[in-house]
Amino acid sequence: MTGKRTIVPFGPQHPVLPEPIHLDLVIEDEHVVEAIPSIGYVHRGLESLVDRREYSDFVYLAERICGICSFTHSSTFCQGVEGLMGIEVPARATYLRTMWGEYSRLHSHLLWLGLFADALGFESLFYNAWKIRESILNELEATTGGRVIQGVCKVGGVRRDVTNEFLSGMDKRLDDIEAEMREMTRVFLSDYTLKKRLVGKGVLKADAAYNLGAVGPVARASGLVEDVRTSGYLAYGDISFKPVTVEGCDGYARCEVRCKELFQSVDIIHQIIAGMPEGDVSVPVKGNPDGEFFSRSEQPRGEVIHYLRGNGTKNLTQFRVRTPTLTNVPSLVAMLAGAELADVPQIVLTIDPCIGCMER
Amino acid sequence: MKMLKTILKQFVHKPVTTTFPAEPAKRYAVTRGHVMFDPSKCTSCGICMKRCPSQAVTVDRAAKLWTIDLFRCVICGQCTELCKFDALSLDPAYSSSARPDERGVETYEITYVKPEKPKKDSEIGE
Repeated sequence: MTGKRTIVPFGPQHPVLPEPIHLDLVIEDEHVVEAIPSIGYVHRGLESLVDRREYSDFVYLAERICGICSFTHSSTFCQGVEGLMGIEVPARATYLRTMWGEYSRLHSHLLWLGLFADALGFESLFYNAWKIRESILNELEATTGGRVIQGVCKVGGVRRDVTNEFLSGMDKRLDDIEAEMREMTRVFLSDYTLKKRLVGKGVLKADAAYNLGAVGPVARASGLVEDVRTSGYLAYGDISFKPVTVEGCDGYARCEVRCKELFQSVDIIHQIIAGMPEGDVSVPVKGNPDGEFFSRSEQPRGEVIHYLRGNGTKNLTQFRVRTPTLTNVPSLVAMLAGAELADVPQIVLTIDPCIGCMER
Repeated sequence: MKMLKTILKQFVHKPVTTTFPAEPAKRYAVTRGHVMFDPSKCTSCGICMKRCPSQAVTVDRAAKLWTIDLFRCVICGQCTELCKFDALSLDPAYSSSARPDERGVETYEITYVKPEKPKKDSEIGE
């Protein structure tokens, strides 16, 4: 028996997601038949500013593409300009960039876990996740000067150095943070209510994830080994780690990937601190970028691409960003088809949407 | 039962939050709080105005005024790095709030006096 089809609008304003994305949900008997996304509510035209700002000033703007993955955006942009100009960044700077990148992954994942617990109505778990995130933000502020917008990357290296004594202190504090995270993630992975609302919801099989171009934790939760860090950019080539993959393909699997990546990041930071080389943190930069470069990084949400083209002047001629959320939208549409209407909010959240990032 | 340990911990440990106006906010030596301006060192070169990513700084050479719009400033610290005369620095304390009618604009009068060049021997005379 088929019921009457109705269209239920989801967003652009919805309590579960503070950012504006609109989905037209075609509903039949409380089941979603099709989801039609529409984007473009917060476009800021950041990419077009490259012809008015010098490439070295644009690092600050690239950082403000997104509030959560800000550090990775600035390091990817700097990596692109350095690639264009053939600048060799000192080893200590790449190690520091890697360390801050992993710290921002920790804070992004803890933020998402907290928001997710809040969306499911689990307030105390939300407080716990954000309490741990606060200690990560304190570490970031103590080393870079900024809690969320670090402003520490520059073309040719990084602005601030961290003393070795402080690094060993961070190493010790991370152990306490890890113990707290272990307790919190145990609730995420074993709580009856959370499992009831996540297992088997928003299924995305491995071949569908591959065909739809899923990246980051969404792809890894479908069993795909998709991780740009394995390409060995920054200091990842010197570090031994294995991308976290889970075969569950559902919302629970995506939650599990993020929980496990927290400990992977802690392990990477331990390795970074142990192998931190001595030396300068920046090199002088001369000349202007010319040519084109394709810069890739692994953000907390997945692969980000910065495409840059210069013409030998202080301004770039073209700058284009492809963020993980934009790539994951087709996967989201596939996940929603066949889902129950009541499960739509948490399925949308499992891809960790960042609309500000997506629209630039 | 799995959360019992966490629940019991809530009764014994101190609050994790800061009661902000009563307690001062947590700061570190490197915290970017607000931009400080020293009017006696500024030579009105205008590099801070040209390179400010958020266009918060204005330098009026003729009137000898240096203006910062605190509502526009994103405290990135680029001006303090570019200033060759040490006129700008960052303070870890956050800037005080402003009323909307004040618009958070701070104007300073530049008091820098160009040091006189030491006279050459030929100018001094015989």
